[in-house]
Amino acid sequence: MNCANGLTVDQLGVQYRMVKALSDVSCSICPGRLTGIIGPNGAGKSTLIKAMLGLIPSSTGVITFDGQPLTAQLDRVAYVPQRSQIDWTYPATVWDVIMMGRIRKTGWFRRYSTVSRRAAAAALERVDMAKYRDRPIGQLSGGQQQRVFLAKAISEEADVFCLDEPLAGIDKKTEAIVFNILQELAADNHTVLVVHHDLGQAITNFDDLILLNRELIASGTRKEVLTGSNLQRAFGGQVNFFAGEAA
Amino acid sequence: MLDFLIEPLQYSFMQRSLLTAVLVGIVCATVGSYLMVQRLALLGDAISHSVLPGVAIAFIIDVDIFLGAFIAGVFSTVVITWIRTRSQIKEDAAMGIVFSAFFALGITLITIVQKDTKIDLNHFLFGNILSVTQQEVINTLVITIIVLTVIVLLYKELMFYTFDPIGAQASGLPTNLLNFGLMILIALTIVASLKAVGVILVLAMLITPGATAYLLVYRLHNMMFLGAALGVLSSITGMYLSYYYNLPSGPAIVLVAFGLFMLALCFSPTQGIFTQPQSAPVQFQMWREIKGLFKS
Repeated sequence: MNCANGLTVDQLGVQYRMVKALSDVSCSICPGRLTGIIGPNGAGKSTLIKAMLGLIPSSTGVITFDGQPLTAQLDRVAYVPQRSQIDWTYPATVWDVIMMGRIRKTGWFRRYSTVSRRAAAAALERVDMAKYRDRPIGQLSGGQQQRVFLAKAISEEADVFCLDEPLAGIDKKTEAIVFNILQELAADNHTVLVVHHDLGQAITNFDDLILLNRELIASGTRKEVLTGSNLQRAFGGQVNFFAGEAA
Repeated sequence: MLDFLIEPLQYSFMQRSLLTAVLVGIVCATVGSYLMVQRLALLGDAISHSVLPGVAIAFIIDVDIFLGAFIAGVFSTVVITWIRTRSQIKEDAAMGIVFSAFFALGITLITIVQKDTKIDLNHFLFGNILSVTQQEVINTLVITIIVLTVIVLLYKELMFYTFDPIGAQASGLPTNLLNFGLMILIALTIVASLKAVGVILVLAMLITPGATAYLLVYRLHNMMFLGAALGVLSSITGMYLSYYYNLPSGPAIVLVAFGLFMLALCFSPTQGIFTQPQSAPVQFQMWREIKGLFKS
């Protein structure tokens, strides 16, 4: 699968000291499609996103977006880390976190503009968290924390959205809101890439999938990727995926 | 009452020391807030102990000891980062190794030079605020202004970096530079506080007022403002206690700061031990486990 102005991963390899975490991954992620990265635990799903953004060093490979190296245009990327990566006891309110999404647009030594405040308020409204604006982040539920981070990503007005397990350990309401917004973002012709942790029913929300297990097993539309033999290769013996999808 | 407050101020040495103590209270609490939210309190201790050889070398080659202390402090963070990134040694172990070695070198050098000069190791270890000179007050004032200006200018970037370093890197911020900048601010702050509280107790000024404020407010800038106010309150109260009861000034300031912290820990409206009782305190669980051992 190839697409113009998309995100292209070409022969990406990542090595942690002596261990190969990912080798020779090549795939394309198209704008206008909601793309999920799936695979078993330790398959290198988060590693793929982090290596693409240059957050961890890669040993081989080139990542381009819109024809240019992705790491040279990180201001066009909104990244949502895993919730466990964040210190939720940090002294900040929901509003403080959302406004962090406007830092690059604002620039060094400047104060936030009215435009930024409006963008942040709209993003907060969109994830249905407006009334929690002044709440300390430590007092939020897991789902609320996830929605705050999604709102921060929206307020960045980015072209590429990379989310690391946004659905892990959250409530149904948040899951619905998150998928709704991700699909809207994709429909607006953004490039949306999501690390997804299981093969349950939620997987039907994705248009395209990238199936990993330390190397690329398959990538393409959901139907193309979710075949018995692909899943067998990625997960080995025990496959417990959403039955309606198996071809 | 008023006489009680005014009496010490007729001495110019008391004016200078009070002013220094107030400046140190402000700058330490503000910069220390960054250390606390990053869980890097030990790094403050590491840098402060590491400035000692810089002081000694500056004294030997006859340059400003502020400069020597600053260079040694920054150099120690470079060595810590180098060990941590080039080996499997964790950050806390790297800090422990580096700061104790720097500290040992500093004590050795100062012991050698203090035989034939009037330099006194104790003044660096515990501070000697009553002997600050006009020039030292000006140095402290200049450093305080520089540090606070940088924090105001880089506030939003430093907040993002200390909250979510990986997210900050992903948004394209130069996180290594921000981290190094923060180290420089911390080293400058410690250098400015050297004369007031010394290398061993400066950690209290960096951490305690900010931690007290953390128990009372929940936004970073409020924590800095309240921390600075508590730092100033500790400094002034400590100085007056030291004047009237002939106590050592640095330790008096630190003990007042600790007293304020204990008050907040016990009575904070949201997180106080007495206002928000925990359901199962740790000591009871341990007692239960001990009883369990004998039952079986």
